[in-house]
Amino acid sequence: MCQVGEDYGDPVPEGPPPPRPGRELRCVKCKDGLPVVVIRAGDAFCRDCFRAFYVHKFRAVLGKNRLIFPGEKVLLAWSGGPSSSSMVWQVLEGLSRDSAKRLRFVPGVVYVDEGAACGQSWENRAKTLAEVKLILRSFGFPWHIVALEEVFTLPPSVLRCSAQEPLGTEGTYKVAVDSFLQQQHTVGGSPSPTQQEEQLSQPCTQDPEDPAGPPPAAHIEALSRLFDSVKTLTAKEELLQTLRGHLLLHVARTHGYSKVMTGDSCTRLAIKLMTSLALGRGAFLAWDTGFSDERHGDVVVVRPMREHTLKEVAFYNRLFAVPSIFTPAIDTKAPEKASIHRLMEGFLLRLQAQFPSTVSTVYRTSEKLVKAPRDGCAAGPRCLLCMCSLDVDTADSATAFGAQTQDFSQTQPPTPLAEAGAAPMPCCSAEVGRAQKCCQSTLLCRREDSQVIEQLCYGCRVNMKDVPSLDSLPPYILAEAQFRSQRPSQDIQEYLVENSDEEVHTTGS
Amino acid sequence: MPAPQCSSCHAARAALRRPRSGQALCGACFCTAFEAEVLHTVQAGRLLPPGAVVAVGASGGKDSTVLAHVLRELAPRLGVSLRLVAVDEGIGGYRDAALAAVRRQAALWDLPLTVVAYADLFGGWTMDAVARSTAGSGRSRACCTFCGVLRRRALEEGARLVGATHIVTGHNADDMAETVLMNFLRGDAGRLARGGGLGSRGEGGALPRCRPLQLASQKEVVLYAHFRRLDYFSEECVYAPEAFRGHARHLLKLLEAARPSAALDLVHSAERLALAPAARPPPPGACSRCGALASRALCQACALLDGLQRGRPRLAIGKGRDADGPPGPPPPPPPPPPPPPPRDPGSAPGPAAAGECGAACEGRCAQASL
Repeated sequence: MCQVGEDYGDPVPEGPPPPRPGRELRCVKCKDGLPVVVIRAGDAFCRDCFRAFYVHKFRAVLGKNRLIFPGEKVLLAWSGGPSSSSMVWQVLEGLSRDSAKRLRFVPGVVYVDEGAACGQSWENRAKTLAEVKLILRSFGFPWHIVALEEVFTLPPSVLRCSAQEPLGTEGTYKVAVDSFLQQQHTVGGSPSPTQQEEQLSQPCTQDPEDPAGPPPAAHIEALSRLFDSVKTLTAKEELLQTLRGHLLLHVARTHGYSKVMTGDSCTRLAIKLMTSLALGRGAFLAWDTGFSDERHGDVVVVRPMREHTLKEVAFYNRLFAVPSIFTPAIDTKAPEKASIHRLMEGFLLRLQAQFPSTVSTVYRTSEKLVKAPRDGCAAGPRCLLCMCSLDVDTADSATAFGAQTQDFSQTQPPTPLAEAGAAPMPCCSAEVGRAQKCCQSTLLCRREDSQVIEQLCYGCRVNMKDVPSLDSLPPYILAEAQFRSQRPSQDIQEYLVENSDEEVHTTGS
Repeated sequence: MPAPQCSSCHAARAALRRPRSGQALCGACFCTAFEAEVLHTVQAGRLLPPGAVVAVGASGGKDSTVLAHVLRELAPRLGVSLRLVAVDEGIGGYRDAALAAVRRQAALWDLPLTVVAYADLFGGWTMDAVARSTAGSGRSRACCTFCGVLRRRALEEGARLVGATHIVTGHNADDMAETVLMNFLRGDAGRLARGGGLGSRGEGGALPRCRPLQLASQKEVVLYAHFRRLDYFSEECVYAPEAFRGHARHLLKLLEAARPSAALDLVHSAERLALAPAARPPPPGACSRCGALASRALCQACALLDGLQRGRPRLAIGKGRDADGPPGPPPPPPPPPPPPPPRDPGSAPGPAAAGECGAACEGRCAQASL
């Protein structure tokens, strides 16, 4: 492959794959044990070395970044899938008394029930939930189960960034760790695990977030209607991710968690990076795929599994019997060409089979991305849905965005009849941001819709093109859009203190 | 059901639907809209100031044919004059036929044409010779890498020969989309950091370059050529199947099937990429041999040619393996730029280049493993 920096020394054998480790081969690390798994190209590990390697990677990622302070409450987002199950297992083991260096934060687990978006009936969902509860109880952390339908009861404040807390610098992290250790020693000499155990075991006995029955039927129906109305699978997936993200944020804020850990593996992040690129989210790649994502301000999303490939995760889960469950997702059984996500996944994995360094190359490139707008301009308004700084500039029309919103063929306004016969494309796509001239035919586009679209970043706008009626979006989004479009005028803007609580309270819930 | 009317002039019957917006237009209105959009790109991006002498990189293919035609229509409004520059890479069975098409176009449009050949500029190294030389080593030949770098050099030379002030090439939105996909898959952070704009301003004495068709999708370029009945050469290069770009192109086709605006979405992503300062290439200086724009001591073209002449074609491909060793502190102040030579000074193929670099270079090259 014409890869930059690749060594062309020896032609890579294109013949049969490397020979399976037989009795003659030994683990490459300890040179002693019998190898059970091959990682990367040709590195055979024995069971113990593999476990050490895997655990070490997890701890190293957390330790290197020094973002999680001792005693902090961390929410683990568990989907039941292999990567997040592995992550929860690592945290479990890391907290246990046996660990040489115990993990010092206080975890909780959350499971989001997305059955309605995937078109599952309540019976199936209830069955899955029963299995989920079993596993959650076995973890021993405080757990929460939320249904996706709860997005219909979210407050608009979810979409507002809280004041940024200053990021912990080297100094503050060390200070925090030292003071925490001192605290442990001064508390009656009893070892800290007991204290932590008490903290953890108390909420469990009460089954904190056990939804007694199905969510209100109106919400289930509204959610199904929303997802059924979306035209493409790509847009459905993006919408699902957005809503899930908001829900997780809300759960974290409500229960006082300051960090959320998601189980995205290296492979998944490489795919996500390429997918985001294709969706027009090039400006936000560092947030979408980096280790930490601070766009919400008070709650930081962290990805500790980002250096583990899916292959390693799968082997670890099998060798060490990590419990996980299978739930059908929105794209289960969909054909490969159905969505950009599937296409990218298939493409990358196929290319990986041909050029084994593909995923790691993409991942390494992602590490070189920075979280800054390209031209270094100050932070402006944020996107309504993904809460990143807007990356569209209506002034500069010599860009891809400008090319899609200019229209040079309309010399005369068309008659309504002609418009109605044209391809069913919402006119918002042709003239975004010009609500006055938006369209002759009021059927296709309304002022409320353009109000929402104006506040979205490029990627979210393209997604919303596939949602025919923005009315079916959950009310908190529409309310926030309404509020933002009535921003105080320029005159008094300078006298308002940024992000003051006053703003939040006046809008109510 | 009767065919829809053109939604612009409402007079003629619609002959096509624009791929981007699905709008139904007649041929004439579409061509007018296309030209207006290119004009807007050039004006809004301030790409070609009035009075510029513009060298159009003409390959005979659809993109450069459309580019030349559109610029010819717009030249009076922009106040620029055009020159056609064609590059002969020496690919048998392909380039000669393409050049014939360029010659026909030049005659038809009455534009001055200059042809620059690799064989003349680079000491007898045609692409066929390069391909033969790189054939033995490694999995893929990477001759497309050579061709791209050398062609840009050749274009620069040709532009200087005709006294041009700007260079334009016919890259369309699909090309830019493929490029950004390819650069991510290859991990080329340097190119990712450089790309994304509408062209380069031209630092260090290089001519400013731009791509007026960058925001036009490939389908529309083909449609335009169809409606204006342009004569172009449409076969693909003999070496194209081996290029890595083929993977990116295939992926783009799939993406466009899932989402029609995929090419422009990728161009938007490329425009907004933010790479770490360490990943960005160092500020460019001048090549110590030929005076062209270079981010290391030797420009890529000289480095590649060096490798070819020493019989080690892989020498300059990949980071840090160029003839001068790993990139270090900025290169020393360049010598006074030599007059652009029509023939490369170290032109005879063979070990003649050994003396040029000096002893220090030899030492480093010996360490560079192949």
